[in-house]
Amino acid sequence: MILLVEQFLNGLQYGVTLFLLAAGLTLIFGIMGVINLAHGALYMVGAFAAAWTTMQTGNFWIGLPVGLVTAALVGLAMELAVIRRLYQRDHLDQVLATFALILIFNQSVTLIFGRQPLFSQPPALLSGAVEVLPGLPYPAYRLFVIAVGLAVAVGLYLLINKTRIGMLVRAGATNRQMVRALGVDIGRLYSAVFALGALLAGLAGIMASPILAVQVGMGEEIILATFVVVVVGGVGSVKGAFVAALVLGMIDTMLRAFLPGLLQGVMPGPEAQALGVGISSMGIYLMMAIVLLIRPRGLFAAGG
Amino acid sequence: MLKVSGLQAAYGASQVLFDIHLQIAEGQVVTLMGRNGMGKTTTVRAIMGLLPVKAGAIEHDGKPIAGLPPEKVARLGIGLVPEGRQVFPTLTVRENLVATAANRLGAARPWTLAGIYELFPRLDERAGQMAGTLSGGEQQMLAVGRALMTNPRLLILDEATEGLAPVIRAEIWRVVEKLKAEGQCILLIDKTFSVLKRLADRHFIVEKGRTVWSGTGDDLDRNHDQVQAWVGV
Repeated sequence: MILLVEQFLNGLQYGVTLFLLAAGLTLIFGIMGVINLAHGALYMVGAFAAAWTTMQTGNFWIGLPVGLVTAALVGLAMELAVIRRLYQRDHLDQVLATFALILIFNQSVTLIFGRQPLFSQPPALLSGAVEVLPGLPYPAYRLFVIAVGLAVAVGLYLLINKTRIGMLVRAGATNRQMVRALGVDIGRLYSAVFALGALLAGLAGIMASPILAVQVGMGEEIILATFVVVVVGGVGSVKGAFVAALVLGMIDTMLRAFLPGLLQGVMPGPEAQALGVGISSMGIYLMMAIVLLIRPRGLFAAGG
Repeated sequence: MLKVSGLQAAYGASQVLFDIHLQIAEGQVVTLMGRNGMGKTTTVRAIMGLLPVKAGAIEHDGKPIAGLPPEKVARLGIGLVPEGRQVFPTLTVRENLVATAANRLGAARPWTLAGIYELFPRLDERAGQMAGTLSGGEQQMLAVGRALMTNPRLLILDEATEGLAPVIRAEIWRVVEKLKAEGQCILLIDKTFSVLKRLADRHFIVEKGRTVWSGTGDDLDRNHDQVQAWVGV
């Protein structure tokens, strides 16, 4: 029971991290029609900026805003310099250009920080553990990550459903020409949405930086799962991204934690271990295949 | 208000507009008539900046606007009710009205939600409903309301009564008449000849991408047979 709750919280934490990445990606894909493979690079940029600043100053609360601002500014520059030219191009061009961005970002970060990973610490305030259930201490920092993710989800919900910017984002997802013909400078809207997406990716990286090794390539590790979340949730739907991120984060964590053990009940140990690990790394892709068979446009397809 | 002269435009390699002329003075209601495929909607798209202009001039308030992007054209005070309505299906009726609302030119009595609902009580009843679930007539009312909420100096209605039930058509015409009485400048593209003749101050007829005739309602009567041939009613 205690193990189950612990893994549930781990799954939740992985899920909200996926959500922070997927929310930006799905908005960018949904309203601008751009496939941004380099979204993971913004995650890495946020993590490096925050981890480095935290290590220099010894203060996570300085690293956090520095990471956010850096990710948003780098995202804005990326949009102005490269992405803006891709709106009218087909998806192959977008994949090529943003794949090039991944290589450029990875090499640049290697040049600046070297190949050694950075390890930063959670803030002192959150370095302890909270007893979430009797006999189950859980790291306070991981609870903080969950809380931040859920707060961002609420904030995004309000932004998209209750504000004029949100209305324009939704309108632009179905008919961008008409939005322009009614006097809205959609280029500025795109830049703002892209910067917001970059900010959220950066936030995901910052949140992960005291937990994971901050290193080149960390973006690619998570971006594949993020794309699965976006596709399962329905391209362009933030609600879909939220549900899919939590469900897939949970499934992935649970399979990894329990499947090898369960299989050991029916087959010899080493084989059960190998098969269990194998199946759990396929888990989210199997889920995607099943969802796409039943709902080809994802769980909550946005747009018309 | 709006002056189009010698306008040429093309979709890719196939030229659709060869020589379009059009003038609308302050407070006027003007029609653009012609059979299907003669270039009426293409003219509107070129004016709005939704289609590149190959040659010719478009002036709004004496300023050249040919080649400007659509958002700049709209911001100068041209409100579009497009062919096919094109309301935002995933937004509610109220959101459709509010999302792009603006009073950029500082109209003395800008349109409000209440004003639009008074004009089209049906929209008030449906305020919280997704626009994609409205009937065609209601979507048309919404498209008109949405354009009015940008407080345009010139309102362009492209086939605003096409495919609608007679009752709904009558309601749209009632609103157009009311707007005209308030001094709203309007460019009408439609096929309801009798109503257009009564409502409009001036008519332009396009044939194969050229303005071939223009005149008043009385001129229309004088050139009855020729006009019938062009407009095909």
